[in-house]
Amino acid sequence: MSSNTWPLWEVFVRSARGLSHVHAGSLHAPDAEMAVRNARDLYTRRNEGISLWVVRSEDIITSDPDEKDSFFESPQGKDYRHATYYKASEGVKHL
Amino acid sequence: MNHDELDATLDSFGDALASATRVTPGNALRPEDIAVDGVVPDEDLAQYALRLGDDALILAQRLSHWISRAPELEEDVALGNIALDVLGHARSFLTYAGLAWDKTEDDLAYWREEEEFTSLHIVEQPNGDFGVTITRQLIISIYQYLLYSKLAASADPTLAAIAAKAVKEVDYHRDHATQWTRRLGLGTEESAQRMRHALEILWPYVDEMFQDEALHERLGDRAVLPSSLREDWEQQITQVLTDAGLEVPQVGMAMARGRSGEHSEHLGYILAEMQVLARKHPGASW
Repeated sequence: MSSNTWPLWEVFVRSARGLSHVHAGSLHAPDAEMAVRNARDLYTRRNEGISLWVVRSEDIITSDPDEKDSFFESPQGKDYRHATYYKASEGVKHL
Repeated sequence: MNHDELDATLDSFGDALASATRVTPGNALRPEDIAVDGVVPDEDLAQYALRLGDDALILAQRLSHWISRAPELEEDVALGNIALDVLGHARSFLTYAGLAWDKTEDDLAYWREEEEFTSLHIVEQPNGDFGVTITRQLIISIYQYLLYSKLAASADPTLAAIAAKAVKEVDYHRDHATQWTRRLGLGTEESAQRMRHALEILWPYVDEMFQDEALHERLGDRAVLPSSLREDWEQQITQVLTDAGLEVPQVGMAMARGRSGEHSEHLGYILAEMQVLARKHPGASW
């Protein structure tokens, strides 16, 4: 058995109730059952989590790094999309 | 909650938001707590704790040999974690036993001779290939799971507390061994053949695990009678093996008296490696 026969998995750890799962890293495992166990052994051995997700890396659809400008630069400078852009109207309390 | 506590709470919440790898020590029972607790076991209880501690210690020593040698990095960490869990159980049991004789866990681990160790023969069996180690893990982790499940209800509160902590960890070891037994048993012809071989060489040491001693009878509801675990153990392991396309091997049982300090040739080598540093530099700390 070598690493190139074991697929790659991405690991998400939720550290406490009420928080989201956060990407923690990746690992190799032969199948989903073992992947979640390996994730437990690799990413929660210092009491970091109470819930785990694993997902095959190849199943994640990502944005294209080459299209970063066209994807993500547009919102820059558009202050009016932030609530702080607007002044509170006179007479409105507790805003 | 005072201000400092509130700050600490908010800080930890902030850390948790910022990172998926928040580290907290938790609040489980530690060997250090047993030592300062000061409840001294009587001789029978100490002898019983010594047996459970020795099983765990020798198994931990065997398992830790896999570190840097496992077939995959992930499996390396898995076996290392299991070894550390088991070492933790050994520390708790040996710390507790040692209170009866004014000895520390280190005195018992490093300064006893081979014939003073009371461990079962199954735990000193060589690691062999990965299949042998997994098979040994399957045999011993189902056993320890059943044992600690019952011991958690012991009339002795310290043993009950150690067992209650250990059973959750051993439950995971049982799952780990079960998963691998299934994959190796149903894997290739090679992996199934290696599992059949592993079962044949390890099964002879099963009988010893369930032998009752006068000690157990005397301890009554403070200990678990080994023979009382056998039926559940056989049922569970047969189920795992059947699911893995494997069978209980038809082999004779070995004469094994590890509880009386009679060991195979393997234990001496294990102890030599485990004890050499402590004996070469007595009293050193690191």
